[in-house]
Amino acid sequence: MRDALLQGLRAPLTEPPPADDDPELLALAATVKEATQRTLGRSLAIRHVDAGSCNGCELEIHALSNAFYDVERFGFRFVASPRHADVLLVTGPVTLNMREALVRTYAATPAPKWVIASGVCAADGGVFAESYAVAGGVAAVLPVDLVIPGCPPSPTALMKGLLALMRGAK
Amino acid sequence: MTPRFLAGENEWFEAGRRMAAGEATFVSLWGDEGRMRVALREGDGALAVVDLPTDRGAFPSMAALHVPAGRLERAACDLYGFVSLGAPDGRRWLDHGRWPLRHPLGDRAARAGEPDSYAFLEARGPGLHQIPVGPVHAGVIEPGHFRFHAGGEAVVRLEERLGYTHKGVDALMRGATVARGAVLAGRVSGDSTVAYAVAFARAVEAALGLDPPPRAHLLRGVMAELERLANHFGDIGAICNDAAFALMLAHCGVLRERTLRAASAAFGHRLMMDRVVPGGVAVDLAPGGEAALRALLAEARTTFPKLVALYDNTASLQDRTVGTGVLKAEWARQFGAGGPVGRASGRDFDARRDWAYPPYDGLAFKVATHRDGDVNARVWVRVAEVGESLDLIEAMLARLAPGPIRADLPAPAAACEAFAFAEAFRGDVFAAVRLADDGMIARCHLRDASWLQWPLLEAAIEGNIVADFPLCNKSFNGSYSGCDL
Repeated sequence: MRDALLQGLRAPLTEPPPADDDPELLALAATVKEATQRTLGRSLAIRHVDAGSCNGCELEIHALSNAFYDVERFGFRFVASPRHADVLLVTGPVTLNMREALVRTYAATPAPKWVIASGVCAADGGVFAESYAVAGGVAAVLPVDLVIPGCPPSPTALMKGLLALMRGAK
Repeated sequence: MTPRFLAGENEWFEAGRRMAAGEATFVSLWGDEGRMRVALREGDGALAVVDLPTDRGAFPSMAALHVPAGRLERAACDLYGFVSLGAPDGRRWLDHGRWPLRHPLGDRAARAGEPDSYAFLEARGPGLHQIPVGPVHAGVIEPGHFRFHAGGEAVVRLEERLGYTHKGVDALMRGATVARGAVLAGRVSGDSTVAYAVAFARAVEAALGLDPPPRAHLLRGVMAELERLANHFGDIGAICNDAAFALMLAHCGVLRERTLRAASAAFGHRLMMDRVVPGGVAVDLAPGGEAALRALLAEARTTFPKLVALYDNTASLQDRTVGTGVLKAEWARQFGAGGPVGRASGRDFDARRDWAYPPYDGLAFKVATHRDGDVNARVWVRVAEVGESLDLIEAMLARLAPGPIRADLPAPAAACEAFAFAEAFRGDVFAAVRLADDGMIARCHLRDASWLQWPLLEAAIEGNIVADFPLCNKSFNGSYSGCDL
């Protein structure tokens, strides 16, 4: 039975990487100011911070690690501490109750570091933008290097965003 | 569903007494303009709603009568500025002192300065130490703070502090159109977006006296069961992963991904956000959608039993899950804990059957329960529910007849209100919606099942080792955003 179980994962589930001239990838890459590959080579440690998302974004970030997307093959790793991270992947409209925690997480991340605002809430507050309880997007609190749109961004969109950050503007 | 409306202080105290005595089950408690409201499920299965006008902003604490009301009462006081007289816990809950105002649904008093301090409950004894965890956690999960008191490895006390993801949903709902309300409801807890959209839509429809077309009910049911499948696959895999058995996570992750892809093929969105709307559903089954769903059913029926057998036959895995994080049946009953958490501790309740709403009122399915109340029992309840959901989707597809998928919402004749339930993957979502005479939302209260499960996690973890907390927490899988709103 164990053979049968492993067989299911050996099947070719893994999605091919996006082409070099994929328009979504190029569009995202064009918005990145600095190529991380120049600094870090093919290795990027990601610390995810939920700054008040509805948890929809987290589900799709989780999916990046499943057998279909398997982003470790590109050199992306999710790390447990900001002190090990190159990139903060931030979701949610930045609730005021999470604002200080986000700022302190950023402060605990060693430079050079990059910030990705992932999802429409992180981009500009999304449907929660007018609330008394939110800062209205990551850029209101931290310098943002890349915005990945979507509600939530699909794993494919996330993957393209991460690759764009690694490649940077051409 | 037309509830029994009761009012006044005598009924308020009587409701508390009956819930404490186990004659009725607590459903929710929330504030509204100039009054507090409590909803309960009566012994005969009816819904009762008790209104208590606040007296110069104060009311007798329900938590003092019935403990499970505690956190909802603290939240209502934060939002409205009401004072709960005699409350066992007077600390703020959602309001951390970081908003520019107090009482966002009440007087909106301006506020500035340092955030509030928070006095955690203590545990004292030789060798006891504290472990603060969060709000930023080590994994890809939602933010919350856990304060452990431990003696060596054994947890002596766990206290949760939540509210970090508070987005002000209740205030955004006030004055919003029904259409915007549906969008907001679908983002209270993203993993339950379909269940929330169904609960909200059903409350609006009940208030306006509208019944969606039969095809809409069935499509809602298909979406709700897909959501349950995706989450249960994810949870079963993640629980095993927290017991260092990554193979289950890999396989369950594949099943989860296949479920989301089938959902996307059938309804155009992986999580099916904004697909359920008041009046019916926003999209019909896409061409090729039914084939994608049937392929998913066939795949899951082939693969999943092998994974269940693997779980069942791996002693090292069971060694971690059996006897861990036991939730006593008495506590599950007292709190009216819904979902797999309640059912794994013998509480035989499922909103699909017990609040009997379409399409489930015309479908046969089993409600799985377990007696042990441990992590293992919560896994087995989810396993059984996967099987039921697969059968339900097949039965609903078989009943799908051509027809309209959405009815126009009539304008309300006058201000109106209604209540509805939907069974999310983690338990019953309760929706109370009040519409003004112009059709705008006057008040919308959405209660996640997690409100009544989080406090039980504190109880279930006691005496377990700290290292088993992730396992216990994952087996509960409470929503942070769903309670923080």
